[in-house]
Amino acid sequence: MTTHVPGDALVTLNAVNKHYGQLHVLKDINLQVRKGEVVVVIGPSGSGKSTLCRAINRLETIEGGTISIDGKVLPEEGKELAKLRADVGMVFQSFNLFAHKTILENVTLGPIKVKGVSKAAAEKEAMALLERVGVGQQAPKLPAQLSGGQQQRVAIARALAMKPKVMLFDEPTSALDPEMINEVLDVMVQLAKEGMTMIVVTHEMGFARKAADRVVFMADGQIVEDESPEEFFTNPKSDRAKDFLSKLLTH
Amino acid sequence: MNTLLNNSDLFITGFRNTLILFFFSAIFALVLGTVVAALRVSPVPAMRATATLYVNIVRNTPLTLVLFFFALGYPKLGLVPIDFTTAAIIGLSLYTATYVAEAVRSGINTVPVGQAEAARAIGLPFTQTLTLVILPQAFRAVIPPMFSVFIALLKNTTVAAGFSVFEAGAIRANLSERGEPALTGLLWVALVFIILVFILSALQRKLEQKWKVSR
Repeated sequence: MTTHVPGDALVTLNAVNKHYGQLHVLKDINLQVRKGEVVVVIGPSGSGKSTLCRAINRLETIEGGTISIDGKVLPEEGKELAKLRADVGMVFQSFNLFAHKTILENVTLGPIKVKGVSKAAAEKEAMALLERVGVGQQAPKLPAQLSGGQQQRVAIARALAMKPKVMLFDEPTSALDPEMINEVLDVMVQLAKEGMTMIVVTHEMGFARKAADRVVFMADGQIVEDESPEEFFTNPKSDRAKDFLSKLLTH
Repeated sequence: MNTLLNNSDLFITGFRNTLILFFFSAIFALVLGTVVAALRVSPVPAMRATATLYVNIVRNTPLTLVLFFFALGYPKLGLVPIDFTTAAIIGLSLYTATYVAEAVRSGINTVPVGQAEAARAIGLPFTQTLTLVILPQAFRAVIPPMFSVFIALLKNTTVAAGFSVFEAGAIRANLSERGEPALTGLLWVALVFIILVFILSALQRKLEQKWKVSR
């Protein structure tokens, strides 16, 4: 899946560092993601991959280095940060749909309140997105009435409604029953094909092989490998990656 | 029954004033308490500190003292003069708001942190994250304790009787002046309060059914 030609740098992490108390969770991270690129971040749990993903829209603060999106360095808390976050779509492991709002309202809230889109236009757009991810029928329901897979597809639609420049996926299928993983991955593969810039933290190696332009392997807060999927899966260079992959393949 | 019927003027005026005190104090306390709760979870330390100080000082003071201050102390400050009813409403509002604030704050704590993260991730600023996503869910979670606060407020209005506000708590004294048996008068006052609280409880049940949060 390297048919599209990646453009300029969209997300740039420069010497990013973060600690949780004594734990050095991000160690001098340098990463560049270009427009249209799909980067899959994998690694053992505790390797800092989720923290990395969350730091990109500043749900986690960083202590050193800079993160910039489309040339703009992430600002401190405040209006500027909110504005920048609107350009970064985020999909969470636990869906986090607004529990008191209908599926349709979940998708229209951002466009109406943040972008000032009219209610009618936002609803039209939202319905189109919900149809696209295959949950148009569910629009008037509350999140709790949907299956996990459906909720996660709504969450993707909610993020897309903001017309983001880049989409972040923080283990989007880890909380799903096995039979629901594919319906979410299919939507993600489709997005990747359409040229969306994506940073995906996942354990789904199939998705990495199928949709990724690059695989970033993290361990102990560091980026250990940054390769094409073929290269990474067939010819990992570091012992850490070899060890990780061998454990995946035993079962 | 005669005690009630022969003195219906006292009962009507008394309870009308009680309901006025309750109504305005409830609204002000709800608004102020929600704002204070929001301040207590704000990212700005100075706001958190101010709100915490307010809750701890006012909630730790007996209501009688709070009302004493507004009825007797406040006029001596030489600020805008207020009548006793207004003074009672201000005192009751400020006092009740601390309890409302704590109820709302406990509600805020029940809302999973992912809800706020999702709201921030679509670009909502702090205030909108709170008003559009967190507070609506927080209120749904705290209807029972919130109504306990309001029921307490309804009954607390009787303290204002001690400060020249003629409300339900003052009915008994006035009945005694007319030579009515005090115990009968008290029982009637109590009965009306019980009925009023029943109405509040019915409203609570209704809201609980309507606003069930499903997760």
